[in-house]
Amino acid sequence: MARITLSNLAHSYFRSPKSEADFALKEMDHVWDDGGAYALLGASGCGKTTLLNIISGLVHPSQGRVLFGDRDVTNAPTAERNIAQVFQFPVVYDTMTVRENLAFPLKNRGMDPAYIQSRVAQIAAMIGMEATLDRKARGLTADAKQKISLGRGMVREDVNAILFDEPLTVIDPHMKWELRTQLKLLHREFGHTMIYVTHDQTEALTFADKVVVLHDGRVVQMGTPEELFETPEHTFVGYFIGSPGMNLLDAEIHGDHATIAGGTVPLAATYAPQKGRTQIGVRPEYTEMTTGIGLPARILRIEDVGRHRIIRAEVAGSQISVIVPEGQPVGADLTHVRFDPARVNVYADDWRVKGASA
Amino acid sequence: MDKTQNNRAWFLVLPVLVLVAFSAVIPLMTVVNYAFNDTFGQNQFFWNGLGWFEDLLASDRMHEALGRQVLFSGIILAIEVPLGIYIALNMPKSGFWSSFCLVLMALPLLIPFNVVGTIWQIFGRVDIGLLGHTLAAMGIDYNYTNDPLDAWLTIIVMDVWHWTSLVALLCYAGLQSIPQAYYQAARIDQASRWSTFRYIELPKMAGVLLIAVLLRFMDSFMIYTEPFVLTGGGPGNSTTFLSIDLVKMAVGQFDLGPAAAFSLMYFLVILLVSWVFYTVMTTLDKQETK
Repeated sequence: MARITLSNLAHSYFRSPKSEADFALKEMDHVWDDGGAYALLGASGCGKTTLLNIISGLVHPSQGRVLFGDRDVTNAPTAERNIAQVFQFPVVYDTMTVRENLAFPLKNRGMDPAYIQSRVAQIAAMIGMEATLDRKARGLTADAKQKISLGRGMVREDVNAILFDEPLTVIDPHMKWELRTQLKLLHREFGHTMIYVTHDQTEALTFADKVVVLHDGRVVQMGTPEELFETPEHTFVGYFIGSPGMNLLDAEIHGDHATIAGGTVPLAATYAPQKGRTQIGVRPEYTEMTTGIGLPARILRIEDVGRHRIIRAEVAGSQISVIVPEGQPVGADLTHVRFDPARVNVYADDWRVKGASA
Repeated sequence: MDKTQNNRAWFLVLPVLVLVAFSAVIPLMTVVNYAFNDTFGQNQFFWNGLGWFEDLLASDRMHEALGRQVLFSGIILAIEVPLGIYIALNMPKSGFWSSFCLVLMALPLLIPFNVVGTIWQIFGRVDIGLLGHTLAAMGIDYNYTNDPLDAWLTIIVMDVWHWTSLVALLCYAGLQSIPQAYYQAARIDQASRWSTFRYIELPKMAGVLLIAVLLRFMDSFMIYTEPFVLTGGGPGNSTTFLSIDLVKMAVGQFDLGPAAAFSLMYFLVILLVSWVFYTVMTTLDKQETK
């Protein structure tokens, strides 16, 4: 086990990348602490898998270094890094039984047969496959195969890190919950560094202590689920995390207030004048419809999602969402929208601007 | 679901039946006719029962030809299958060199059989052939027209040159169908090169490999043109394989009865071996699935 450091790292799939757009991963410095449970969150195609493959050594980065502890492993082959990785789609060795599949990584490391036996039994119990241990892996269903892949990922106790690349995509929903809980337990018990790639925010937020949000080949924010929710550092984080995502409105910033199409929105802090495109972002949870205070808004439709209702409304030409707690009546007299000043974030060219408290 | 039953649909098979009858069944029946009869010409036939078959089964000539044939098929399978796999594993997987290798490998397969025989016949000649002359110049006593061992070696090398590509190309196709994730998983699991081959590549190649072995067995067991052009079955009878012997018997000696019986047995042997081979392999396959 070791701390994993990515230093000055960048990767491009082109042999001679010309511009920044050619890079699948933009230059980054990042540290994964030993024993952390991380979720790597981002839309499809943002470089999550590339980043994972660079850590495990399946892909050699175009520039920069990868360090395990103090050791530079940038040029070390995958096998030498002793890392476990579970892929999005099941990979099992067809001609082996389930037991042989689980034992394979241990056997390759020349472990003691008695130890292999007991460890395989332990893992089989964890993934709930004790009954099928002696079956050939070939005829099994996709989710049984994926459970074997997961088991193979977890079977080595001495790995430097376990990387999960959207491992639960093919698993059915109730098993998903179960396996995620198992992974979490496993993390508590053994303290492996775990990096869990997903584009599902629920999965990320329930699994991880720290969530790393990747957007367009760049780490835009790393933080606890709460930090990501309250103070998204980038508009992408605001929009991607939360259901529905953050409301973003083009606004002019004037010190302690913002103006949107002539209307004024008070801010909890004072901001220096900003260059570029300025926006304010407020979570639907901190937005409310009023009968006259705030900005004029037009209700487009109301969605009932069970626990609460979501109002989709239009403000100054942009769509926003408002979460209405259960029981609160919604009527035609709600013609304005108000934001909680303490929860309004200011963005300049998509990045959050810190204000000086008034 | 209710299926429409209409037995008149069987008539649709008729054209195929007629075609097969004229192309295979009727000629085969003529052979059967000769195999059970004796004739002195003028279309007069005398019933001979199993006489020809008994004669052949007891004849040393047939036993020796069969022995040579089995040895030959065994040797070329033992060389071409592992060599083909080895070549397929080491071929470039994509890009220009992959296409280049594919074309290069396909070339021997496109040359007509008797041309292959002629190429090697000239190539091996001590007086003008590049191979034969070079060997002679190096002081090696090589002469495929006099020495049975040299004749065998030349025929085997020729067959390997001609047909290894087929095994390699089939294996290559099998290898190309393996998703990259399998190799990645093997690297993650710290599998050795041998384990990767044994547990990933070989199982995925098994299907095409089965076909390759079957094709190579049948072809080598029936081989005629190339050794006939190269050595004509000599020196002596040392490279007289079954089909060469058959032609000698039928066309050279005009012993149509024994030749017909020979043909039938030859045909049945190939059919039997292929069937056994196929059945064994497919049952093994099914057991693995269970």
